[in-house]
Amino acid sequence: MDFLNAIVALLNFVVIPATSYGAQLALGALGVTLIYGILRFSNFAHGDTMAFGTAMVILVTWAFQSVGIHFGPLPTALLALPFGIAITAALVLATDKAVYRFYRRQKAAPVILVIVSMGVMFIMNGVTRFIIGVGEIRFDDGGRFIVNANEFKKATGLAEGLAFRSTQGLTILTAIIVVAALFWFLNKTRTGKSMRAYSDNEDLALLSGINPERVVAVTWIIAAGLAVIAGTLYGLDKSFKAFNYFQLLLPIFASAIVGGLGSPLGAIAGGFLIAFTEVGFTYAWKKVATYVLPDALAPDGLAQLLSTDYKFAVSFAILVIVLLFKPTGLFKGKAV
Amino acid sequence: MIVVEGLHKHFGGFRAVDGASIEIATGSITGLIGPNGAGKSTLFNVIAGVYQPTAGRVIMDGEDITGLPPHDLFHKGLLRTFQIAHEFSSMTVRENLMMVPAGQLGETLWNTWFHRGRIAREEAELAKKADDVLDFLTISHLADERAGNLSGGQKKLLELGRTMMVDAKIVFLDEVGAGVNRTLLNTIGDAIVRLNKERGYTFCVIEHDMDFIGRLCDPVIVMAEGKVLAKGSADSIMQNEAVIEAYLGRGLKNKAKAEAEA
Ligand SMILES: Nc1ncnc2c1ncn2[C@@H]1O[C@H](COP(=O)(O)OP(=O)(O)OP(=O)(O)O)[C@@H](O)[C@H]1O
Ligand SMILES: [Mg+2]
Repeated sequence: MDFLNAIVALLNFVVIPATSYGAQLALGALGVTLIYGILRFSNFAHGDTMAFGTAMVILVTWAFQSVGIHFGPLPTALLALPFGIAITAALVLATDKAVYRFYRRQKAAPVILVIVSMGVMFIMNGVTRFIIGVGEIRFDDGGRFIVNANEFKKATGLAEGLAFRSTQGLTILTAIIVVAALFWFLNKTRTGKSMRAYSDNEDLALLSGINPERVVAVTWIIAAGLAVIAGTLYGLDKSFKAFNYFQLLLPIFASAIVGGLGSPLGAIAGGFLIAFTEVGFTYAWKKVATYVLPDALAPDGLAQLLSTDYKFAVSFAILVIVLLFKPTGLFKGKAV
Repeated sequence: MIVVEGLHKHFGGFRAVDGASIEIATGSITGLIGPNGAGKSTLFNVIAGVYQPTAGRVIMDGEDITGLPPHDLFHKGLLRTFQIAHEFSSMTVRENLMMVPAGQLGETLWNTWFHRGRIAREEAELAKKADDVLDFLTISHLADERAGNLSGGQKKLLELGRTMMVDAKIVFLDEVGAGVNRTLLNTIGDAIVRLNKERGYTFCVIEHDMDFIGRLCDPVIVMAEGKVLAKGSADSIMQNEAVIEAYLGRGLKNKAKAEAEA
């Protein structure tokens, strides 16, 4: 039995990856949940908004790198982030003017808006691929590790190495800052309060003189910001591939729904719940088990509950289970 | 002065408002009464921009305001309350009131970050104003309560309080008194009179309580089946045969007669 090694292996393969993945999901789900709360529909184009925004960040990153601008030990992409957000926000606002506003005026049913957002999704999907291609792109530079596996082994004398990549650290740190800023914004500022008011009771908000078009615009800008940040962090952590962002839509929606659509806190809780279960179910526990269990009980196989091919099934399963017991999600969102 | 000309609001084939024309004189407290389903709330909703009229016009001080969205009307000084009280349920009572005076400094993304000092001052003034309003309505002890937790009657008071947060020109009250106990009803009545006298609010009041209407309102407009049935002083309305037939019933007339004879 070797608990220290077991804990290190657990941190290395489960806790750290799941935390950074959870942070990415949470940021994505926050965007989905805000749009749902204010505009009252599930925005299927959110995954492709993330892809488009990240593509923009990559282009700006390349431009910076080509003229020799770097961000010290941090990825250059962080410098490019504000530009990516600005471009994406502009695109999303233009989409709203050109597409969604028409349906809002018609007071279209949410279901229609969902289908409309699918149309937008396909267009964004194509635009992103047209601009940056379908291949896999790595765009992280700067320092690679906060804790390096080999150095960790040397320093501690443990058999297990602990690797903490800088992109993971960055993801977690950025997520904390962004979430803190968002909650401050929603709870303390006038604009944030009008957003909450509008989400809470649209009729009353209108009759209190709150301008719905402004609330909607601010919501889109914030959702675009969240999408680009989430997409860029995910791309830095793994790699950028347009199709992966499309696939991310499922766990992101699962996070938002499990947490309770329309509830920002729920989106965060949902993100981490989905991430930890997904990683927990698809991780081969053999290593950890071998350290902890007596030799006689050590598993022969990989002790993996599900192949990674099925990771999206985990999101679905959690979704179904939570909705069975709490139809409005963990944090009492609006009924779906 | 609000002039409503030949207003129609149809839901499918159903004529909820069927060619109503009314006038609300500046400075008056005009009553609007009529049986359930007469179209009173629908008329309010059309005037306040919640519904587009099927036909007809709404004119405020000479300006055609037909079909303007509610937030624009708000900025023109036209406010209304809901028959079924609305509130921002997750906010406190004070925050609910502070939401009202829209168009404040903090409302652009830019100012949120760059004019913090001025915003803070503005917010402090608003909080003070909200507390004064709560005082006036005798519910200061509820200031920090979540609005969703209020009782039905307290929510009605909050509805009225909302209209006191800004300098309104005309306020449409949809049964603010319903579900409110007698003493509170008198408080509300006094509040309406004071706002009318001291701050020059014009009121249009829907109410089923004829004592309340009689005490406050002149003139009184009677609606039935989407049309205006009669208009006049509260006394003349209570004597009006058609109104008695459609709405008040014989009991009241007999009472009025008895009072007149006594
Ligand atoms: N959105 C709607 N869709 C269909 N019918 C409606 C709608 N709103 C109101 N109505 C109908 O219009 C009629 C008038 O309703 P309204 O609420 O204006 O009555 P009211 O005079 O305010 O009655 P009360 O005194 O009971 O409040 C009713 O028969 C109602 O069913
Ligand atoms: Mg009514």
